[in-house]
Amino acid sequence: MSLAAASVVRAAEEFVPPGPSTFDLPPVFSVAGIGVTKPMLQLVLAAILVFGFFYLAVRQRAMVPGRLQYMGEAGYSFVRNSISRDIIGQHDFARYTPYLFALFFFLLLNNWFGSIPFIQFPTFSRASMAYALAGLSWLVYNLAGMSRHGFFGYLKLQCVPANITGPILVLLIPLEFFSNIVVRPVTLALRLFANMFAGHLLVILFAIGGEYLLLEGSLLVKPAGILAWVLFILISFLELLVQFLQAYVFVLLNAMYISGAVADEH
Amino acid sequence: MTGSLNMIGYGLAAIGPGIGIGLIFAAYINGVARQPEAQSRLQSIAILGFALAEALAIIGIALAFVLN
Repeated sequence: MSLAAASVVRAAEEFVPPGPSTFDLPPVFSVAGIGVTKPMLQLVLAAILVFGFFYLAVRQRAMVPGRLQYMGEAGYSFVRNSISRDIIGQHDFARYTPYLFALFFFLLLNNWFGSIPFIQFPTFSRASMAYALAGLSWLVYNLAGMSRHGFFGYLKLQCVPANITGPILVLLIPLEFFSNIVVRPVTLALRLFANMFAGHLLVILFAIGGEYLLLEGSLLVKPAGILAWVLFILISFLELLVQFLQAYVFVLLNAMYISGAVADEH
Repeated sequence: MTGSLNMIGYGLAAIGPGIGIGLIFAAYINGVARQPEAQSRLQSIAILGFALAEALAIIGIALAFVLN
């Protein structure tokens, strides 16, 4: 292909905006006919990293903590005190802290994978991953409630609002059941998924849109490409915050659901 | 210029949750300014309200991509 022909081809190249298909990654390798994709590997990597970090941090158990131990303890006490103890309450929180703690750091790392160089793919921008995690949380809070109140006692606690009698209950019981048992895991999963998905899409859009304007645009449009890249950097920092906030909200809502499930009847 | 009307619809649908989240955090900031020692209690309530209001915008963005 001559140089002229190449430039014609490049000029004819159209801008392809990123869409949901951007997230369909090809399998890295396949085991027994099942393709193993990048987000699957990231889940395993995150589990290993979180375990490894906290294992190393607490191995010494020094009375005067070193730098690593101090970081580990600060992370643990953040989840234990400001999420678990404040929400679930002094009486029950110790039982559920390990789950919330592991969940928080697993989520945080998986979300930050969206911004860490060379990985740059938030694991939970695949909806199935978020559904699996929300399903696990659904099991935890429902089983916690059932082991405390018994099966029917728990259903009564969740579905029958306190201090309400009469025919209005016919309307309220299905609504409460729907909102407390059915919809909760769905919104939990969708919130995480859609935030990661939309944030990553936005970052990609600014990155490749800016590149397209810089390379293909006329001289007058090129500054817009630079502006797009400045915004790309700023939005990446916003994403770091959103990724942390989503991990926090997910665990906070989990703690609230558990605290509602194990609460005493009023 | 081509595109999907879904995105305009989603933009309109995001106004409601946007206003709602603004009101929630305005009330939270107000509360903390009046009574700083209540911050830790108000924070979890504010985040809960924020999450509930945000769920509407989230459902909107999911539907904007799903419905064609």
